[in-house]
Amino acid sequence: MEFSMVDAIVDQHGRKPWALISILQDIQEHDGYLSPEVLRRVSERMEIPLTGLYGVATFYKTLKLVPQGKHQITVCSGTACHVRGSNRILDEIKNLLKVEPGETTEDRQFTLNVVNCLGACAIGPVVVIDGKYHGKMSASKVKDLLANFRS
Amino acid sequence: MNSRTEVKTIPVEIDGFQMKVDKGSTILESAHNCGIHIPTMCYLEGLSPYGGCRICSVEVSTDGGKTFRVSASCTYEIHRPIVVKTDTPKIRRIRKMLAELLVASAPNVKLAQDIAARFGINKVRFKMEDNRCILCGLCVRMCHEQMGGKALAFAGRGPEKRVSAPFAIRSEICLNCGGCDSICPGKIIPCQGIKIPGELCGKCIRPDDMPFCCPTGTFGCFCENNPLEIVSQPR
Amino acid sequence: MKRLESIDDLEKLRKAIIGKNKAYIKTVALCGGTGCRAYGSESLKNAFEQALKEHNLSDKVRLIFSGCHGFCEQGPIMIIRPEGIFYSKVTEDHIDLIITETLIKGNIIDSLLYEDPTTGEKMVYEKDIPFYKAQNRIVFGQNGSIDPTNIEDYIAIGGYSALCKVLNGMDPTEIINEIKESGLRGRGGGGFPTWQKWESCRNANGNPKYLVCNCDEGDPGAYMDRSLLEGNPHLVLEGMLIGAYTIGSQEGYIYVRHEYPWAWANAGIAINQAREMGLLGENILGTGFSFDIDIARGGGAFVCGESTALVASLEGRMGEPRDKQHLHTVESGLWEKPTNLNNVETWANVPIIINNGAEWYSKIGTEGSKGTKIFSLVGKVKNTGLVEVPMGISLREIVYDIGGGTPNGTKIKAIQTGGPSGGCIPSSMLDIPVDFDELTKVGSMMGSGGMIVMDEKTCMVDVARYFVKFLKDESCGKCLPCREGLKRMDEILTDIIEGNGSEEQIELLHELALVMKDASLCGLGKTAPNSVLSTLQYFRDEYEAHVIDKKCPAGVCKDLITYSINADACTGCGACKRNCPYEAIEGERRKPHVIILDLCQKCGSCMDVCKFNAVVIS
Repeated sequence: MEFSMVDAIVDQHGRKPWALISILQDIQEHDGYLSPEVLRRVSERMEIPLTGLYGVATFYKTLKLVPQGKHQITVCSGTACHVRGSNRILDEIKNLLKVEPGETTEDRQFTLNVVNCLGACAIGPVVVIDGKYHGKMSASKVKDLLANFRS
Repeated sequence: MNSRTEVKTIPVEIDGFQMKVDKGSTILESAHNCGIHIPTMCYLEGLSPYGGCRICSVEVSTDGGKTFRVSASCTYEIHRPIVVKTDTPKIRRIRKMLAELLVASAPNVKLAQDIAARFGINKVRFKMEDNRCILCGLCVRMCHEQMGGKALAFAGRGPEKRVSAPFAIRSEICLNCGGCDSICPGKIIPCQGIKIPGELCGKCIRPDDMPFCCPTGTFGCFCENNPLEIVSQPR
Repeated sequence: MKRLESIDDLEKLRKAIIGKNKAYIKTVALCGGTGCRAYGSESLKNAFEQALKEHNLSDKVRLIFSGCHGFCEQGPIMIIRPEGIFYSKVTEDHIDLIITETLIKGNIIDSLLYEDPTTGEKMVYEKDIPFYKAQNRIVFGQNGSIDPTNIEDYIAIGGYSALCKVLNGMDPTEIINEIKESGLRGRGGGGFPTWQKWESCRNANGNPKYLVCNCDEGDPGAYMDRSLLEGNPHLVLEGMLIGAYTIGSQEGYIYVRHEYPWAWANAGIAINQAREMGLLGENILGTGFSFDIDIARGGGAFVCGESTALVASLEGRMGEPRDKQHLHTVESGLWEKPTNLNNVETWANVPIIINNGAEWYSKIGTEGSKGTKIFSLVGKVKNTGLVEVPMGISLREIVYDIGGGTPNGTKIKAIQTGGPSGGCIPSSMLDIPVDFDELTKVGSMMGSGGMIVMDEKTCMVDVARYFVKFLKDESCGKCLPCREGLKRMDEILTDIIEGNGSEEQIELLHELALVMKDASLCGLGKTAPNSVLSTLQYFRDEYEAHVIDKKCPAGVCKDLITYSINADACTGCGACKRNCPYEAIEGERRKPHVIILDLCQKCGSCMDVCKFNAVVIS
């Protein structure tokens, strides 16, 4: 298997331990997730025991070990958004896509995530799709919003 | 005392007893050395202390007994004089609640049962689960510290914390030493019950049928290849 | 960028930049904070730049994409100086008008002015707006005058002069004394006296010594640190430089939460620029003092805001906290070396104190809590945003004078402070002064500065469960009381919310909470029960209503409420029927509509769209 991309990223960060999370996140940008082969390679190059690396990969929520959907939907469940009804929005999305937070739809179109506060509280409730922020969301607006992304 | 080694000792009071302990020794060690018993769960002499179960909690004062704070005694290294109380009403309440939480999570694990029995728990006010792993981490420490392997470690976070080999398959570097198995206080032979009238499932006498992920197949808690049926899956 | 070889060089450069900026007749500061960006301020900036070029004004008007101004509710925000004209909710359609009317002719555009929601008065100047008037923005105020990606802007407003003062002849003991006299306490939540931490680290045995800036701001609803690091990274760098000089450290780390991309991007740009200029790295300003900073990104773990967990994360391990009993991070932290960890806002206060003096600083605030604090005022409040106020101001002043009260005139029920580790303060206590000790006395805490306003439509049991659920997922899972305790608290609160709770469970909740407070390994577990304890203390009646009457007084808990349409108020417009995702509403045009209870999922869409307030919750 080709590991030049992995090696390049590890080297770019100087194989420093404090950059481990950044390294894994940068590698993850390519395939959308971290495969066992990739993690083994990182373990070798950075000389970190695989058990430790696996622990890190399963500890931090931004690191994904399973393939992700085409579109990442993130519902902000920060307190400010919660108080403005983000739960209803989340329930609506769960109903429409038939997945729980952290899961990907069967057709691999969407992965649903929940995050604790994006810091855009003034425009809450916030839903981020593929990096774009959608503010002042409501349960009624969700269906249309998702329809835009169905390809 | 050999003047060449010059081990520093610290004056400490535990449950009213004055003693001099080696600098850097833990409260738990010091208490045990004087015959003062502090109950533990995730602690085992010979392995580094983990401080995960908090059952060894005691009240510690660093200002000569004026104010006390609760601390785990297995990880608290003594570097200056302290006053310790191991058996106050607060500590008893703490231990009872911890035991209740433990046995509600893992009622079939013998160690959990023993701890609950010792603290007089006969009623559990939480929904019962049936976890076979109590996350004491003894297997991990055994593997890393005593056996020189690095096949097991903790993975996940919070309610999903578990003991696992990387990718939940048997690690290539597993030495097959059986150390994890022998030390596990949650040891249960996973009998699948009576399948054919009169016959036991036979897993215990057919080790070849056991999945490859753990040495003697007694673990049910961290391997998804293990066919053990958990009675009530939490979540 | 030319490398500065001495303090003199920096002063010369400062004069040169200020001189260069005099060529501009006007400066337009457009807010580039995350909130305003979410409103589209970046494309607005690009369009404005283009428009200035077309009007041949690029040499006369300086456009800065500035740091967060704090008044997020009104974004995108634009301030025109030197007058200080404040325009809010600016869009691309307004650009030409702004250029021709305000910049060229000097006229004010009425429609872009901020209107006071209570008096209806339109305000022209930033300084007159009540939201800002009641604040004391000694730290945050700089954001609005600089482009965070341009070190020259920071230098122009006096940046790095505190560092020069220090390098020019203050020795570490003097600096520590100055910080001591100022009374600065940690702004991350602990409130620990900063001078003490610095002194302990300075005196600790071990080399090298490390400096850490904690930007793992994880409290939901709090985004002060993000806005500081993103909007004025050099202020933080300068604070760290002064700290490093005092403690004797040469290596520093800024740990930034993953969810803050512009914060780590801007901090990275700032570090690179500072290095180029010789303000970071070897032999800073030719004084022989060396210090450099690396940025580490978080991976999505709230617990990494706890200092020992953060250190574990920097070491490339899982963010599991360490039992903090006999050994503190200042003596044994990163790689078991003395490490001084402070929060972003704490670091940001340092240059302010050094420049203006401890005496000046200590005049602000209360006896036990000096200086100002930046709060993120969010929730059911009109003026959502970041506010910087002197310690000792009352909650009432913050929520009403600055915040403008609740948006729909609903009554305030409680103010939640301190994030998940904090507590809820009932509206009856709105007059308490906000400072470290006063908030702790009433069962809450300052925390990092999150301040969430809750009204009568907020269910306090739901709030408690919200925080418990959050912490349950964020717990590292190592210790039994926290891991199992939070799981069980979530179970019990869910039972209560779904109408299956009992009074015994309320008692059990309380008992469990007290054990978790004492027996947990780290601060997360120890403070996790606070939301439950404070809501039980002040809002026990709500818990009892849920278990005894099986009712949710605030009308929030789905299983205990029903949606219905008030036939008298319903005009039959059909908006609710059209918007109901479950086709649970029936009715003919101009006739009162009805909700079919069996199909109703209580999503609230009907209530959102009804213009006649005809949808009722019971």
